[in-house]
Amino acid sequence: MTGRDKILYFLYLHRNGLTVLALSCLLAIYPLIYGNPYILGLTNLIGLYTIVVLGLNLFIGYAGQISLGHAAFFALGAYGSAILTTEWGFWPWPTILLVALGSGAVALLVGIPTLRLHGHYLAMATLGFNIVIYTVLVQWDELTGGPSGFYGVPSLAIGSWQFDSDLKLHYLVWAAALVCLTLALNLVRSGVGRGLAALAGDEVAARSLGVDTRTAKVKVFVLSAVLASLAGSLYAHTFGFVSPDTFNIFASVDFVTMVVVGGLGSVWGSLFGAALLTWLPEFIDLFESYKDIIHGLILVVVLMFLPQGLVTGLIDLARVRLARWRHRRA
Amino acid sequence: MLKVTSLCRNFGGLPALSEVSFSLQRGRVTALIGPNGAGKSTMINCITGVDQPDAGRVEYLGEEITGMPAYRVAHLGIARTFQNLRLFPRLSVLDNVLCGLTVQGGKSMFGALIRPPQVRNRERRLRLKAMSALDRFGLTDLADWPVDVLAYGDRKRVELARAIVSEPSLILLDEPVAGLNHEETALVGHEIRALRAQGYTLLLVEHDMDLVMGVSDHVVVLDGGRCIASGTPDEVRQNPLVLEAYLGRTAVMA
Repeated sequence: MTGRDKILYFLYLHRNGLTVLALSCLLAIYPLIYGNPYILGLTNLIGLYTIVVLGLNLFIGYAGQISLGHAAFFALGAYGSAILTTEWGFWPWPTILLVALGSGAVALLVGIPTLRLHGHYLAMATLGFNIVIYTVLVQWDELTGGPSGFYGVPSLAIGSWQFDSDLKLHYLVWAAALVCLTLALNLVRSGVGRGLAALAGDEVAARSLGVDTRTAKVKVFVLSAVLASLAGSLYAHTFGFVSPDTFNIFASVDFVTMVVVGGLGSVWGSLFGAALLTWLPEFIDLFESYKDIIHGLILVVVLMFLPQGLVTGLIDLARVRLARWRHRRA
Repeated sequence: MLKVTSLCRNFGGLPALSEVSFSLQRGRVTALIGPNGAGKSTMINCITGVDQPDAGRVEYLGEEITGMPAYRVAHLGIARTFQNLRLFPRLSVLDNVLCGLTVQGGKSMFGALIRPPQVRNRERRLRLKAMSALDRFGLTDLADWPVDVLAYGDRKRVELARAIVSEPSLILLDEPVAGLNHEETALVGHEIRALRAQGYTLLLVEHDMDLVMGVSDHVVVLDGGRCIASGTPDEVRQNPLVLEAYLGRTAVMA
């Protein structure tokens, strides 16, 4: 190998790690140069959604299942942290973990019976779960503040140093998002991740190769619920206010749209999907009033022309091209 | 090594298998033959836990595995291929073969998320193993290709590579040469003999009589869900019941 080949091979071998590193540097420097609080508020939201979409993409894109109820786990995280820290005086940091474990336990209870279902039935069951949680949030107003929402969630703090500005929160949120991104990248490159991909491709074959498909589905469902809950807790502490409408079934559909637009089974696509669908409405005024129509349209168009999603679809095309090209050269 | 006793399986009242018994000897190639609908694939499915038998026993290395879930059967070292190819279409050739190493990979999701050095090293080891299996079947150049763009013959070889990559103690091949041309069939026959020489135990379900007679030590004949004959290839070839099953009653009478 020549020097140039060695460098290229090194880049190829560590492509994921290096991309994470580059993205971290970019995210660390960018607010110092361009610290517009409005934009930072928006990118913080993107960071939070990225965490939800990463988990959901493992469940939908990798394991080939469907959930129209992930806004419910996002809600459990947000309301769990909000209520426990404000009303009961729990410490915020451990509460985030506690609530995440609680959401994981709920996911386990919901997942064990519902994950025996497939396709539309699973979609309906998870949708039903979302409606139940939403109704509880709206109706149980002594605890949740009802339709008008829950105010006064404290900021997270390290000692007396508060995460109270968009700039500080930027670092907190994106540190969490990048950690989750790295964990997801690790997972999909492991035997467990291949087991999930196998189960999405062909359940019978996956089982015959030794994948305990039932357990694997429940595990990844719980993992995705824990991530959604973490993002929810951070959401509550970031905005100081939570309202049930953030967590209705349309929010769940939006998360699924982010997964699909970004790319089924693409970790990087999750970031892209969350960013695109959070950002677009802010730049196109028309989007504001017709948001649901346009989201629906995007979903339909992507599914028709690139059923694997934008990023994954394009990568698949590139992979086939690259393989053909290498084959011709060899 | 594997012992099947009086296995029965009905589909809505129709017996697909009734009271079938046979056993596999370690290090031998046993062929399961019979006309279409004789119950061959049902038998493989019942052994591997893909389907559950209604009655009877399956024993493997002295342990009863009747009705055990498929993933646990796989962990005991029984690998199989499928009649109508069951590859993972969106994964690359290499990833498909890596999936065959599930039984040797870690099961901990936490370990997979954190990726400590031992997980990293295990992944490297599995990858080398998968690459050597690809090499054995001449698939090295295709390693990065998504499986669904490959030719049929290549896909068959990928499935074979996926079945043997974990070095299972028993391999069940469900029609490994169906749809392959003469040359490819000869290659698979060669490969089966090579596996036998390496000490593998195989159960072969096949229609191609030249292949069966060429590679098997022992042949079991099913017809209409019953075991009608068993023995060496030569014994089976001369058995009038077998001729009748294959050629029809009138042909034999005439």
